[in-house]
Amino acid sequence: MLDRSLINKSYPPIIFDIEKQRLKFFSKATGQTDPIYFDETIARKKGFPSLLAPPTFLTTVGHEQKSPYQYLNDLSVDLKDVLHAGQIYKFHSLVFAGDVITMNSKIKDMYDKKNGCLEFVEFESLYTNQNGKLVVESLSTLVIR
Amino acid sequence: MNKWNYKSAKVGENLPELIIGPISRTNLALYAGASGDHNPLHIDTDYAKRIGLPDVIAHGMLIMGYLARVLTNNINQNQILEYGVQFSSITNIGETLSCSGIVKEVLGSKSNKILKLELKVKDQDNDTKLKGYSLIKTS
Repeated sequence: MLDRSLINKSYPPIIFDIEKQRLKFFSKATGQTDPIYFDETIARKKGFPSLLAPPTFLTTVGHEQKSPYQYLNDLSVDLKDVLHAGQIYKFHSLVFAGDVITMNSKIKDMYDKKNGCLEFVEFESLYTNQNGKLVVESLSTLVIR
Repeated sequence: MNKWNYKSAKVGENLPELIIGPISRTNLALYAGASGDHNPLHIDTDYAKRIGLPDVIAHGMLIMGYLARVLTNNINQNQILEYGVQFSSITNIGETLSCSGIVKEVLGSKSNKILKLELKVKDQDNDTKLKGYSLIKTS
């Protein structure tokens, strides 16, 4: 049984520079083809300040820390027993190369199904840009087998 | 790019389908590097075998990234208000995926229409890998 007292536990903010090369690498790895993800000149012609980050790009921010799965350690859960069950993004503003994103995360909720055989953890991350504007909200649901 | 005409989209209308694959180890290795998700489950066959799986499996977020292209290939990204998925089953090496979307509901007012899309990823055997939705503003 997961320690439910950790609901609302928050984690130190992570600051992440959105770099052109990283954006291109991510866009290539997910198969994007539109030049607004690869060619800054074309992105500018379309009215964007620089290369555009594709919708799921901010997933990278959480991995850029010493211990990306610290909340699982705090819950005494082994990574091998975890599967990603769901993911929701709410978009408020586009993210571009050159932005500096701050991610604030917390354990949002925990619950179980099938009489406790499956336990779920919801992890929320809020992303703000260098102007203090909330750009994206993320909710990840993990299932512990 | 030629965008799908979402302004006049009606309930039941399909977005152009996207076929991905077959999924290769290279796909997983590149995504591990690009996303920073270095979980060995996706890149290290020895590790996968040690924890009782026959082989490495795809990152759920990679499949979500592929499915996002059904949106970005057809809709300006700043029209996407929300995008969510549920991961139904794991994706293995060698599988071929079809990513699809359909207009499920038209919400909001006439001048401020919001489309609710139902999204899906299925494999070559018609097994559902991932179910999702997106909310698209049309104004």
